[in-house]
Amino acid sequence: MKFAVIQFPGSNCDQDCIAAINGIAGLHAEYVWHKETSLRDFDAIVLPGGFAYGDYLRCGAIARFSPIMRAVVSDARAGKLVLGTCNGFQILCEAGLLPGALVRNRSLRFVCEMVTTRVEVANSPFMHGCSEGTLLRLPIAHGEGCFFADPETLRQLNRDRQVILRYSDRQGRIVPEANPNGSIENIAGICNHERNVFGLMPHPDRASDARLGSADGAKIFRSMMETINANRAEAGSGPAKQVA
Amino acid sequence: MKAKVIVTPKKTVLDPQGNAVRDAMRHLGMPEVRNVRIGKYLEIDLDGKNVDLEKRLDDLCRDLLSNPVIEEYSIERLSE
Repeated sequence: MKFAVIQFPGSNCDQDCIAAINGIAGLHAEYVWHKETSLRDFDAIVLPGGFAYGDYLRCGAIARFSPIMRAVVSDARAGKLVLGTCNGFQILCEAGLLPGALVRNRSLRFVCEMVTTRVEVANSPFMHGCSEGTLLRLPIAHGEGCFFADPETLRQLNRDRQVILRYSDRQGRIVPEANPNGSIENIAGICNHERNVFGLMPHPDRASDARLGSADGAKIFRSMMETINANRAEAGSGPAKQVA
Repeated sequence: MKAKVIVTPKKTVLDPQGNAVRDAMRHLGMPEVRNVRIGKYLEIDLDGKNVDLEKRLDDLCRDLLSNPVIEEYSIERLSE
């Protein structure tokens, strides 16, 4: 199964994503330069972290107009799984694939630390096998990760269970002290209404090996593989051929 | 044509940068400062001057120069 990792000028977690995905049996990841125009050969798409176009104007504001984004948008609309981490999340919001926006951290500080997040929705396409309340240890590293949405959008996100991850303390309590950036309602990651596009500020790519302090991030990539296999089995074409 | 574009955070969006500057101004002897909002100012030189150009500039203010989820913009047109 083949995952695309998009490289924008200024991406800097593309190698982390490739390493994390290739570390999972059955998955193979390849770089795709942002000037490419097709993602036809890929089963899923990952927008990595970094500072695409130097974060000029706003984070993700210029990257969303890169040629590859037409393919990302059309494949997302067709139901392909799309994951955006950190800067990738910002780009997905700017592109209108996810609601809301990410603004300057309330503290005005760049935060770089390991945080606890709580899974809010069981068995979503990106969190197979995770029950509600599962705690994931994931690193964050951002200056503009404060999630904002207007009250109506926020109501919809909650009503349609699109909030997938919230920052919590180690006991899983959603408290202000566990909120590293001022995100509204401690939101760390959301999906779109169709549930095939997921964006989160934490870095699953930097937490896919226990030697790095946590392997919880690998659950997200593995879950994407399981979802794609399940969708294929349902469509009658059988599970995807495993890549050794 | 020259255009000035001013992009500001919406009133409902927290502006921590503005708050930090407000606090610094108060600290430096200006307790009268009630609020500070920090935005962006863009000076744009364009070839030509017509309704179509202004319309396209307005479109790009909405699509690129600002994010309607969190920001508002205004355009001031200045002839050369």
